Amino acid sequence: MSQADQPKSASAASIVLTLCFAGVLAGLLLVVVYQATQPRIQAYKDKMLKLAVEEVLQHPASYQTLYLVDGKLTPDLPAGSSAHDFEQVFHGFDQQGHSLGFALVHARAGFQDTVRVIFGYHPQTGDMLGMRVLESKETPGLGDKIEKEAWFGEQFSSCTLPLIGVKAGKGTGDRHEVDMITGATISSRAVIRILNEAFTEWNPLLQPLAEEEQP
Amino acid sequence: MRETTPSEDFLRGVWKENPVLVQMLGLCPALAVTNSVENSLAMGIATFFVLCGSSLFVSLLKHFIPHEVRISTYIMIIATFVTVADMGLEALVPTVHKALGAFIALIVVNCMILGRQEAFASKRPVGRSLLDAAGSGLGFLLALLMIGGVREILGSGSFLGHPLFGPHYEPWVIMILPPGGFLTLGFWLLGMNWFRARKQQRRVS
Repeated sequence: MSQADQPKSASAASIVLTLCFAGVLAGLLLVVVYQATQPRIQAYKDKMLKLAVEEVLQHPASYQTLYLVDGKLTPDLPAGSSAHDFEQVFHGFDQQGHSLGFALVHARAGFQDTVRVIFGYHPQTGDMLGMRVLESKETPGLGDKIEKEAWFGEQFSSCTLPLIGVKAGKGTGDRHEVDMITGATISSRAVIRILNEAFTEWNPLLQPLAEEEQP
Repeated sequence: MRETTPSEDFLRGVWKENPVLVQMLGLCPALAVTNSVENSLAMGIATFFVLCGSSLFVSLLKHFIPHEVRISTYIMIIATFVTVADMGLEALVPTVHKALGAFIALIVVNCMILGRQEAFASKRPVGRSLLDAAGSGLGFLLALLMIGGVREILGSGSFLGHPLFGPHYEPWVIMILPPGGFLTLGFWLLGMNWFRARKQQRRVS
């Protein structure tokens, strides 16, 4: 390239201004698209959450949504607020109105991004009813097996919290043990950590409600 | 260098310099998400949209983007369109969005897209840049469909979810697993190169 062909070097101010302008333009476009798509995305997420609650509570006859308001669980939302503003717990009941257990949604960092899981369990025994990964962006082909390998999710229904991760096939049969996925050890550990954290955090709040019958 | 015609700009990416089958670019999604025609179609359309949108903006703003930060600015523009495509797919086809997973976000690092910005859109007028982007995007989509079609037909015995061979067909499961992606791409490349070599031989003789 001859010297005449070489592009003129820009000033620092022009470089900063260009990047700022591009950033603002990109931000504006993203806000517009976010506003337009969010209602549909949220509606789908709500529908999927409802199906997941039923799955991890082993298809209860009914369930009640409780909201964490000022450190207390209540079925009523404060006036003027939306359900999405509060953490939610789902209390499942059988045909006779007896408590089956609770379903919780909990999210923490995985290997790449946040992993969001839902699980059902009984607060007095710690026995789990089911677990499902709601959202994850783990490495395709490796970490994403926590969502795609059916046996991994299915084993939780016969486990008891708190959980300990063991190499697949090396367990002793203890109900606290969970077989981790070979090639997805970090993501498997992340799921176990999320469940244990949720159990420690929520159990003191849920235990007093465990014997409550359907209102 | 001879000036190209608009049709040459468009057709170059579709066939002669197909991003996947000739330039071997964007192979990661081409192998990873082509286990069904539906996924291939969604990934192809998303990439087509990102490529056209980015080329439009890069070509429009080429005189204002300082040479020193051109790559950062292109990446910012590409990332914006990828996020738009990500949100659009999540709102319109959530099941496909879930199936594609992290690969939608990874369109940002598809070197075919950055390559077209640096090699073409940053130097040519808007119309020509759009034609080039549409051609390359279509070529990428076609390559994904060629791979995804073979994999779904053999691996699941269906096309776009519709069963083709009846209940007695035993699916070749390997075709929807990762080795199936490599095998299918390999056979397509073999076929394309054989076809090209034969054409060249005929021209010489």
